[in-house]
Amino acid sequence: MTPRVMIGRIGVYVGVCLATVFFALPLLWLVLTPFSKHPSYKATLDGVSLDNFDRLFHNPQLWRSLRNSIYLAGGTAIVVILTAALASYALSRVRIPGRDQLLYALLLLSSIVTGTAAMVPIFLMLYQLDLLDKQFAVVLVLSGGLLPAAVFMLKDFVDSIPRSYEESARVFGASPSQILRHIVLPLIRPGMATVGVWSLVQVWGNFLIPFILLSDDKKQPAAVVMYTFYDTGGQPNFALISTFALVYSVPVVVLYLIVNKRYGFAFQGGIKG
Amino acid sequence: MASVELQALAKQYPNGVRAVDGIDLTIADGEFFALLGPSGCGKTTLLRTLAGLEVATEGAILIGDEDVTAQPPGDRDVAMVFQDYALFPHMTVLQNIAYPLRIKGVARNERSARAAETAQGLSLGSLLERRPAQLSGGQQQRAALARAIAVHPRVFLFDEPLSNLDARLRLEARTFLKKLQQSLGVTTVFVTHDQAEALAMADRMAVMDSGRIRQVGTPREVFQRPANTFVANFIGATPMNLLDAVVADAALEFGGFTLPMPPAYEQLVRDGDKVVYGLRPEYFALSSTAEDEAVRGEVTTVENLGVSVLVTVEAGSQTVRAVVPEADEPSLGATVWLRPASNRVLLYRADDGDLVAA
Repeated sequence: MTPRVMIGRIGVYVGVCLATVFFALPLLWLVLTPFSKHPSYKATLDGVSLDNFDRLFHNPQLWRSLRNSIYLAGGTAIVVILTAALASYALSRVRIPGRDQLLYALLLLSSIVTGTAAMVPIFLMLYQLDLLDKQFAVVLVLSGGLLPAAVFMLKDFVDSIPRSYEESARVFGASPSQILRHIVLPLIRPGMATVGVWSLVQVWGNFLIPFILLSDDKKQPAAVVMYTFYDTGGQPNFALISTFALVYSVPVVVLYLIVNKRYGFAFQGGIKG
Repeated sequence: MASVELQALAKQYPNGVRAVDGIDLTIADGEFFALLGPSGCGKTTLLRTLAGLEVATEGAILIGDEDVTAQPPGDRDVAMVFQDYALFPHMTVLQNIAYPLRIKGVARNERSARAAETAQGLSLGSLLERRPAQLSGGQQQRAALARAIAVHPRVFLFDEPLSNLDARLRLEARTFLKKLQQSLGVTTVFVTHDQAEALAMADRMAVMDSGRIRQVGTPREVFQRPANTFVANFIGATPMNLLDAVVADAALEFGGFTLPMPPAYEQLVRDGDKVVYGLRPEYFALSSTAEDEAVRGEVTTVENLGVSVLVTVEAGSQTVRAVVPEADEPSLGATVWLRPASNRVLLYRADDGDLVAA
C-alpha cells in the first residue's frame, strides 16, 4: 500500500468517525439524560437517579398522551394496511390505462405536497366537514398521506404472486373474496407487517398534523405534548423532556424488534415457502 | 365423467390476435387427449378457454352434453393442473389438497380425510404436513395431481404437466400419469409442446398451429400419416425429410437424381405435378455400394444418437437425412446410397402442403 493510499484511507475513516459521533451524540443524550440528577443539554451523567422517571410517571399527561398516540398510530396503521392491501391487489391485477403513471403521480404528490403545504386546505376542508378536533379525522388525514407509498410498497408484493395461484383457486370455484382471504392476503403478510410498522412509526413521530387539527389538550398525542414541557420561566424542562422522550421511543423500538423477528423487514415482494 | 365437445370455438384477444381460430373437436368420455403444437399455437389458450379462465369469443363448449360456454370456471366441474403446479406456498400439502373441498363447503374433518386418502393413493402419505417448498419437483407434481383428483371432477385439464421436471423424472412421470389416467378413467385434456410426450401418453391427439387444428388422430395415425407438411415436420424425434420433387415419366425428379414413384401414388399424381416427398430418416437404408432406385450422395455430417447415427447426405441440390444403425456409420465425405422404403413414402402437394390422398 503506497503512503498516498494509506493517507487517503485514514482520511476516509476519520471522516466516517466524525460523522458517526455527530449522529450518535443526540442518541447518547437521549439514553443518558433521563438518568441524570441534573439534566441539561449536555450528554453527561453526573449522579444517577430515577427521580426523573418518578416525576414523569406522576404527570397525568404522560399516560393520556401515550394512549392518544397509540390510538392515532394504531388506527392509521389499520386503515392503511386494509385499504392498501385491497388497493394494491386491484391495481396489480386490473389493467387500467395509465395505472403506473397514476401510482407514481400519487406517490410524488403525497411525498411533496402533504404535510406543510397541504395544511391550510386540509384544515379548511375539515372545518367545513365539522371534523376539527376529532381524533378519527386525524387518522383519516394521516392515512391519506401514507396510502400512496403503502400501496406502492404492497403492490410489489402482490405483483410477485403468480397468477396461476388465483387461477387455480378460480377453477376450483373460489370467489374473488375467498381468493383474497385465502391466498393473496396470507402471501403478502410480510408486506402488510412492513407497511403497518412503517405507518405506526410515521404517525408516532408526526407532530404537525395532530398539533394543528386537534385543539383539545386531552386529545393530543405524545409528540405534541412533549412540546409543552417548559417551566413557567419559558426554560425547557430537561428532566421531563428527556425522560418523556425515552419512554416515548421505547414502544417503537420494541415493535420494530418484534416485527423484525417474526417477519424480517422486506421492502420487496418475494414468495418464500 | 363426461365427453367434451368444442363447436367452432374461437378466442380473439382485444388486440385482434385470434389465439384460437374456429375449432371443432370432440373428445370422448374417458379419453386421454393431447393438444400438441409449437409455442404460440394457441393450445394453452384453448385449454384455458375450456377451464373458463378465458371467455370464448365465438362458438360453444359442451361438457357431458351440457353447454358450459357461459359458465364461470368453478361451475364447470373441471380440475386443472398448472404448469408451475400452483400449490399455495403458505398451506401444507394436506391443506392444499383439501382446498377445493374447503371451497365446496365440505366439513373440515371429512375434507381432511378425503385429502389424506387421495394423497395416500399417490404415495404422499408421509408428506402431508410439509409445505410445497419442502417437496421435490416430482412430489410437487403429485401433490398438484392429488388436489385435482380429490374433487372428483368430470374433466382433468393439464397444462404442460411434465415440463417442470428434469429429463429422467419426466419419463417416470409420463408412465405414472398414463397409468393414473387409465385407472381413474376421467376424461383428460393435456397440453404439450413435446411431440414425444403426446405420442407416448395420448389416446388421441390434435396437432395445432396458429390457432387451428392441423390434424386429429391417434398417435399412430399422426406419426405414420401426417396430414400435411406442418405435422410431418413437427412430429418425430428427427424431422421428416421433406424434399421438393416434380412428377416426370411416372417417376419423381429431384433435380440431380430421380426416385421411382411409390406404388400407392401411381394413380394419384400426374406428370408435371409439383410435390413434396416425405420420408422419415429412419426409413432410409444406407449402403456404401451402388444400388438402384437409391439416392447417391456425399456424407457431410454424422451425429451420434446412441444406438443409431443421424447421417446428413448432400445429393444434388437436396439435403437428405437418414438414421442408420451404429454399425453402418459411414465416414465423412464418403459416397453413399440411400434406399427409401417405398411403402413408407408420403407425397404432399407442393402448393398447400396437404397429403396427396385418394
